[in-house]
Amino acid sequence: MEQSPTPQKPGRIKFILGGLLILAAVVYLIVSSTQGNAEYFMTVEELKAKGSTVIDRNLRASGAVVGDTIQYDPQTLNLSFTVANVPGDNNEIEAQGGLALVLHEAVVDSTRARMQVIYNGPMPDLLRDEAQAIMTGHLGEDGIFYADELLLKCPTKYEPAIPSQSSGN
Amino acid sequence: MIANLGFGLLVVTFITAIYGAVTAVYGDVKKDSRWVESARRATILSFPLATLTVFVLLYLLATNHFEVQYVYSVTSLSMPMYLKLTALWGGQSGSLLFWAWLLSAFSSAVMLRKWDRDREFLPWVILVTAVTMIFFLSLILLFENPFIRWWQTLGGEVAAMFAPTQATLLTPADGMGLNPLLRHPGMIIHPPMLYLGFVAFIIPFAFAVAALITGRTDDRWIRITRRWTLWAWLFLSLGLVLGGRWAYDVLGWGGYWGWDPVEIAAFMPWLTGTAFLHSVMIQEKRGMLKQWNMLLIILTYDLVIFGTFLTRSGVLSSVHAFAQSAIGPMFFTFIGLTFAVSVGLLMHRWNELKSETPMTSMLSREALFLLNNLLFMGILIVSFWGVIFPLISELATGQKVTVGPPFYERATAPLFGALMFLMAVAPLAAWGHSTIKTLGKAIWKPGVVALIAPIAIFFLGVRNIVALIGFTLVALVICVTLYEIWRGSMARSKKLEENFFVSTWRLFGRNRRRYGGYIIHISMVFMAIGILGIEIFQTQTQGTIPQGSSLELANYEITFDSVAQFDTTGGRNVTRAVMSIYKDGNYIGQVFPRRDYYYESQQPMTIPGLRSTMLDDLYVILVDWQPISTIGATFKVYHNPLVNWLWVGSILFIFGTLVAAWPEKDPATLRATAKLVQAPGAAN
Repeated sequence: MEQSPTPQKPGRIKFILGGLLILAAVVYLIVSSTQGNAEYFMTVEELKAKGSTVIDRNLRASGAVVGDTIQYDPQTLNLSFTVANVPGDNNEIEAQGGLALVLHEAVVDSTRARMQVIYNGPMPDLLRDEAQAIMTGHLGEDGIFYADELLLKCPTKYEPAIPSQSSGN
Repeated sequence: MIANLGFGLLVVTFITAIYGAVTAVYGDVKKDSRWVESARRATILSFPLATLTVFVLLYLLATNHFEVQYVYSVTSLSMPMYLKLTALWGGQSGSLLFWAWLLSAFSSAVMLRKWDRDREFLPWVILVTAVTMIFFLSLILLFENPFIRWWQTLGGEVAAMFAPTQATLLTPADGMGLNPLLRHPGMIIHPPMLYLGFVAFIIPFAFAVAALITGRTDDRWIRITRRWTLWAWLFLSLGLVLGGRWAYDVLGWGGYWGWDPVEIAAFMPWLTGTAFLHSVMIQEKRGMLKQWNMLLIILTYDLVIFGTFLTRSGVLSSVHAFAQSAIGPMFFTFIGLTFAVSVGLLMHRWNELKSETPMTSMLSREALFLLNNLLFMGILIVSFWGVIFPLISELATGQKVTVGPPFYERATAPLFGALMFLMAVAPLAAWGHSTIKTLGKAIWKPGVVALIAPIAIFFLGVRNIVALIGFTLVALVICVTLYEIWRGSMARSKKLEENFFVSTWRLFGRNRRRYGGYIIHISMVFMAIGILGIEIFQTQTQGTIPQGSSLELANYEITFDSVAQFDTTGGRNVTRAVMSIYKDGNYIGQVFPRRDYYYESQQPMTIPGLRSTMLDDLYVILVDWQPISTIGATFKVYHNPLVNWLWVGSILFIFGTLVAAWPEKDPATLRATAKLVQAPGAAN
């Protein structure tokens, strides 16, 4: 941290010490909080490959929602669906033609790595075929991803590439 | 045609900004004030030009010109007029134009002030605002032009500004419509507030750079921009609070702040801005921390640009990321360049910005202010680390690792706690020199009174250590602040033989910044009450229940009375449940959780039913309902104790900031009364 302007000798040492103390406290808070709360961002493919080695880690994974597999029991609020592998990197997604296209291809292509996700809670409004699901949770020994948190993105909604219902007038 | 007019105006505004920047510097170099005057006029002119451009876009939005890509992507026929107009900031290119328009408004307003005493600042203030303007306008012109139209060519549909060869204009029958999540009063005012705050911080930065370049390193630049800074800070704070309120009302997860990267992006300039507001007082009163203030305003400026970039580019995966764009490299280049140049200037003037008085006592008011600044910087570092950690870890290990809300909560809570402690102690510390003894003497009475709070909640059954510490600090700040006000009023009323309340009123009137600040401190701890309440004591339940039965949570019973489904205005289908609430067996009212389905965007939206009191909120979400099902409907219920204090605190906060920012009376009469009355602790 920037050393604060403290001129003249007598009091200077204690101010530097005080500043260092605060800096040390902030560093300690950051390091210890990072260690306890880091979430590993992995693609479906990586999760499949690493398997049991990541079981006790906090994980964050994203994938394309396969619409046919969505099962929801409103009684118990148990939600289950399958996601197909999409690249984790934004640039890679852009290079492959944008998020909407990547998601579509991932769902259509049955050879892609897939993973079942289980979540308990209200069904999110945006959960549908070819949406991007971002899950936070952990991987079970059964290979199922148990999500504590579920975020969804539907790219086609907001920034359409071309008008869908164009007419001549 | 009209789109061409808008584009043309944009180009003219761009040229005007370049003209202003160039002539301002040329005039200063040639020592010819006519050139500088011309640059000043050009800067003033940028406001009507930008205003006309915005009007053109508003006209296109209001009149359903769907051949314009931006209009097509954010409006639709079924949207009411006010939503069509506010769609100006509903998408990326429109909001960048809005940003540039605000900047033109603020820079013209600055140009109209009396410059007699600060003539040497003028060209450099013009330069900084114009360069920022040029940057944003070139982003708009090159990447995010809101006037781009659809064309039908032989190869298919194309979006372009001007007709490609053999193309005809393509007018879609209807637009996509604004994202339903954004059709909320909170979301309509939230972006403009945030942007007002962002853009207004550019003005103090412009004066800071002007001071560095001209070498006029006294506190003149701070005095000129004091009010700008306060207004900027007020709007930025309001933007943050409104965003939280929107999330609470619309996103349906029972919370208001998720430490989302985009939220943090808006929060970071607030942190440096708040630190800056505090430390400029030290420079004004004691002539200290000059280099530090410069650094803070430079950081704030670049964090504002960074915040605009994050909120508008979708580089980070977040709920806000509703747009991808190619403007990232431009932003980073601009941030890097402006930061390097400003810090270079600061280094150049480093020795001239030395403190006039040495800081000797660790417990003096100025030392505690410095500590406050360091704590704000600590929170900034934590936030910044959280945002860039995924990038760093990916570069270092090839593995993308992110940190979520628990990281931020754990790392910032002690720092926020320390800030609250300072809020209680610092107003009692004397300038120049304080010791544990003098401070202890001042604080022990309100301190003892404040202990009632933790003891009381302990006997109410609260054992959570964070809650006990938190509420102790809350009580301490309130007691000390009220004690300070009481002491000041008593001293004044004795001396001038006024009525006590008249004295309090006049005390506030004569020291607006000081007492406005105290009101803000109290509003902050009100907010802290709400945050402690919801973070620590939130409970929830969920279940599927048939009509007539109930869910229970805390001491509430929530009965599902009925549900109805109907079409309504704005192309919506609404499913609305009626729930009766009983507290300890007594009927206290109804809530109406809803699900709106938007036909044209095929998107549902969940609106919670909310019963709000100062004690707690009952937040009911209609999760699921099948028309043919006999099971009933699924609800999720949150019990959020004390959260209303967060919103009440923010209203008090506005009031406090207005008190602090209100124009003072004539300085001469002020000086006269200041000699008469010296409030204790305020002695300079």
